[in-house]
Amino acid sequence: MRLLDFIVRWSPLALLAFAWELAPRLGLVDPQSLPPLSVVLAALAKLAADGDLLTNGLQSLWRLVAGLGLAILVGVPLGAMMASSRIVNIIAAPIARALYPMPKSALIPVLLLWLGLGNASKIMLIFLGCLLPVLMSAYNGVRGVDRVMLWSARSFGRSRLDVIFGVAIPAAMPDLLSGIRSALALSFVLLVSSEFLMARDGLGYLISFLGDGGAYAPMFATVIVVASLGFIADRLFLGITRRMLAWRG
Amino acid sequence: MARLIGLIEATGSLVAVLVAWFLATKFGAIGAFLLPPPGDVLARIADDTQSGALGASLLITLRTAGLGFAIAGILGTALGIAMARIRLVHWFFDPLVSLGFPMPKIAFLPVFLLWLGPTDSAQITIVAVSAVFPVVVAAYAGAQGVEKTMLWSAASLGGTRTGLLWQIVLPAILPQLFTGLQIALPVALVTTIVAEMLTGSDGIGGVMLGAMRFADSPGVFAGIVVIAALGLCVVRGMEVLRGWLLRGHAEGST
Repeated sequence: MRLLDFIVRWSPLALLAFAWELAPRLGLVDPQSLPPLSVVLAALAKLAADGDLLTNGLQSLWRLVAGLGLAILVGVPLGAMMASSRIVNIIAAPIARALYPMPKSALIPVLLLWLGLGNASKIMLIFLGCLLPVLMSAYNGVRGVDRVMLWSARSFGRSRLDVIFGVAIPAAMPDLLSGIRSALALSFVLLVSSEFLMARDGLGYLISFLGDGGAYAPMFATVIVVASLGFIADRLFLGITRRMLAWRG
Repeated sequence: MARLIGLIEATGSLVAVLVAWFLATKFGAIGAFLLPPPGDVLARIADDTQSGALGASLLITLRTAGLGFAIAGILGTALGIAMARIRLVHWFFDPLVSLGFPMPKIAFLPVFLLWLGPTDSAQITIVAVSAVFPVVVAAYAGAQGVEKTMLWSAASLGGTRTGLLWQIVLPAILPQLFTGLQIALPVALVTTIVAEMLTGSDGIGGVMLGAMRFADSPGVFAGIVVIAALGLCVVRGMEVLRGWLLRGHAEGST
């Protein structure tokens, strides 16, 4: 019965895959503009076998992990301190509030200008782009934590920093994790766009390289890989979130 | 006095950053190529405003972002409500939405460029595709939550299907729908700027990338300042609009 539910639920995707295969084969659309699904999958297998996918994929993944990791490492403590210390708040909040709504893709040209074609410009872009979403979610999360909980921890003799890291941040975890989840989505957008624009490797570079060369079947294959990676990363993060929040019941 | 202190607290660090920027470039701590003096950047913005170049590129950017966002808003709302009301629509679109929502839609930009060429339509399409998912999900969740008894009583009082839609469903889902739109708006802006950079459009994103190619750093920084201001205005404007539209709702101000 569960199998049947599964089939019914996902059958629209099978229908679309079928239409994708048939439309170019029957001449309904130009096979140049939309190569049949089987041709794209064959191109995908070839890209994987050649190792192009792996080398570029690892490069992209490293940029993503480093940039987002740095944003979490800096953003979470800073956001938590902004919520619990008046001085940090006065220093950081006006800057954070003014820059938070800025479309982060505006930073791409200046980072390419400063740091060039390599890894540094992409990692810095993802770091700067994700820093504010992570920081604001930590800030809002910690601000929402029950004051009594923090006061009790203090009165039991824990130091201020200890209270922030041991009590406030764990209590703010739901807000924090949902902030990191939206930062994860943003990091993919920034990664792919900066690799489209200027890079010598990475999956975004591979897509634009293949597209410029008119190799459309492998281009579609790489687009599918990037989209799937974004989807998988989100699901993995959702799984981690459920695990980390399981103790809350 | 308390007011003055409040003002200093609210803006002091921003002013400090500007002063530090000014001093760092004035005394040569950072080369003018890496970080042009704030005066140069402001002068550039003033020049471009006077020549009309800034207004023209701002208009192109606003048009792309606005059209893409409007299409996403209208289609997304319609689809979300239809998914909540019609089983067949739900069956077909539910897997597509749950698959498409977390995907980086920008990866499909080369596909739209292949299909539509480096045109306005390709840019508007990618903006709409990027921004539509949060709207669909919000409209669907909202429409699911509309109380059936409310619809039944209205229908029994002689309300037509379209009448119910406009007078009961849409007002009832407005707070949730607005939250979805507020998530979609920054996505639309980010995507617009990237699409402009990639298609070499005459919008702000394209102009900025051109400035980068010619290593014209005041031009690049002028672009950042203008885009940051644009983002701030648009996002704040949306908050004001929400407060005004939802002034009767309990959840209006959140």
